[in-house]
Amino acid sequence: MMNIFGFRLSASSAIDMDKVDRTLFDKLCAEEPDARRCMSCGSCSATCPAGEFTGMSVRKVLHNLQRGKEREALKMVSSCMLCGKCNMVCPRGINTRHLILSVCRIYKTEESR
Amino acid sequence: MNEIVVIIGGGIAGMEAAAQLLKLGHSPIIIEKSDRLGGHVGKWNMLFPDLTPAKKVVDELADSCRDANIFLNTEISSLNRLKDRYNLMLSNGISISTKYILFATGFNMFPAQKKEEYGYGIYDHVVTNADLEHWMNGNADKRMDTSGMKTIGFVHCVGSRDEKARNPQCSKVCCITAIKQAIELKNMYPDAQIYCFYMDLRLFGKKFEDFYTKAQRDHGIHFIRGRVSEVSEAMDGRLVVKAEDTLIGKPLKVSVDLLVLMAGMACNPDSEKIASQIALPIDTDGFLKSSDNIIHITSSAKKGVFYAGACTGPKTVPETLAEARSAALDIHTAIIKER
Ligand SMILES: Cc1cc2nc3c(=O)[nH]c(=O)nc-3n(C[C@H](O)[C@H](O)[C@H](O)COP(=O)(O)OP(=O)(O)OC[C@H]3O[C@@H](n4cnc5c(N)ncnc54)[C@H](O)[C@@H]3O)c2cc1C
Ligand code: SF4
Ligand code: SF4
Ligand code: SF4
Repeated sequence: MMNIFGFRLSASSAIDMDKVDRTLFDKLCAEEPDARRCMSCGSCSATCPAGEFTGMSVRKVLHNLQRGKEREALKMVSSCMLCGKCNMVCPRGINTRHLILSVCRIYKTEESR
Repeated sequence: MNEIVVIIGGGIAGMEAAAQLLKLGHSPIIIEKSDRLGGHVGKWNMLFPDLTPAKKVVDELADSCRDANIFLNTEISSLNRLKDRYNLMLSNGISISTKYILFATGFNMFPAQKKEEYGYGIYDHVVTNADLEHWMNGNADKRMDTSGMKTIGFVHCVGSRDEKARNPQCSKVCCITAIKQAIELKNMYPDAQIYCFYMDLRLFGKKFEDFYTKAQRDHGIHFIRGRVSEVSEAMDGRLVVKAEDTLIGKPLKVSVDLLVLMAGMACNPDSEKIASQIALPIDTDGFLKSSDNIIHITSSAKKGVFYAGACTGPKTVPETLAEARSAALDIHTAIIKER
């Protein structure tokens, strides 16, 4: 197609909620109902020893998964060291470490299919 | 004979209810465990949203309930029910029989030292919202180093919205209190940079949003969305505050000379201790349980027992006073019906 605007639109980074497939997140929530209770306070990310270098953040993982950005989420999860520091600080009492393991299992097995 | 109404707690709820019951021709007895009336409001300096002096409010209420029977330094030793009457034994040896009891036992401040990561009681320059009010009332506080106040931090939700601290509810008044106190400190130290660390800003009341925009526009208060994860003391005595700036999504730190913790409103365990003697239910948050939270907030599960103010959950002063009046009217109606 001819570029009539004189500039190119890169692949949209906008979130399209109409296109979000919720199947896997629902599956995650069936096992980890607390996945929906995050209030995005940032305590987990602020204490995460991997976060500063890799961008790992439980908060962002949960957020990305719910916005259909699974690739971004799984990339972050891959730098988690499972140290459990985030588990200790979460004011909502979410078992974040267990949650990360469930994310890995549910999303990765799906991916490898 | 005038009907006796026993009011447990002489904070603003108890005082206002007593004043109204007097006007309606009844005989309230206030039982207050401390040595003065006024409760928590008696310790505050200026009240949001209009910066009304707290002392003015308490003095006015004290004046309007001065004809009540008031026992200071007195607690309830025991409470039991006999048919349709309640028998109270007081710590001063006096016993009272009544058909009507009003709980106005209020709340307790969340003990900030429980959140060890914020360093209250450990570092030199960490105070609470309540300490700051106390200091503004002219009481000396060596943690307030007035010479070197260049940067000040406020931590919202200290011990509120925190399931680990077993205080899951929002304390409702601390967002607006933080903004009020930030503006007050900015007025005292115009060159200071002030940071408020919040998770959500809950500014629901009349004029609260105006306060917020004023803090941003006129006072340049900085708002950072992220819960403080830890505070440490640097070599020079300044405090290093760490959080995630969740709007940018990056870890953030800032050094401050003073850190103010917005300690929340927790239930007063006295309420449960007294209520359990007549099998009154306690809510999941530890506060007294109203018979419902919409049309019967001031009613309990037991005939003749009523609630007003922060004993059923976090409330502002105007909300507390409105409930006190409403409870007084409920009691009046119950008395009339029985006649
Ligand atoms: C830091 C802070 C600042 C605030 N600032 C404002 C403000 O600016 N504006 C505003 O609208 N609201 C403000 N509030 C809210 C305000 O403090 C409450 O609305 C108010 O204190 C509720 O009054 P109360 O009478 O229900 O309870 P309380 O003030 O807690 O009074 C309860 C009374 O009962 C007594 N008592 C307790 N147990 C017993 C017992 N077993 N026997 C006998 N007596 C007992 C206590 O000694 C006390 O005197 C603030 C709250 C906080 C935490
Ligand atoms: S368990 Fe993973 S996400 Fe949590 S603090 Fe440790 S490295 Fe970070
Ligand atoms: S600490 Fe808990 S509530 Fe806060 S952002 Fe992380 S997972 Fe969510
Ligand atoms: S009023 Fe604000 S600071 Fe207080 S508990 Fe609620 S959200 Fe936190």
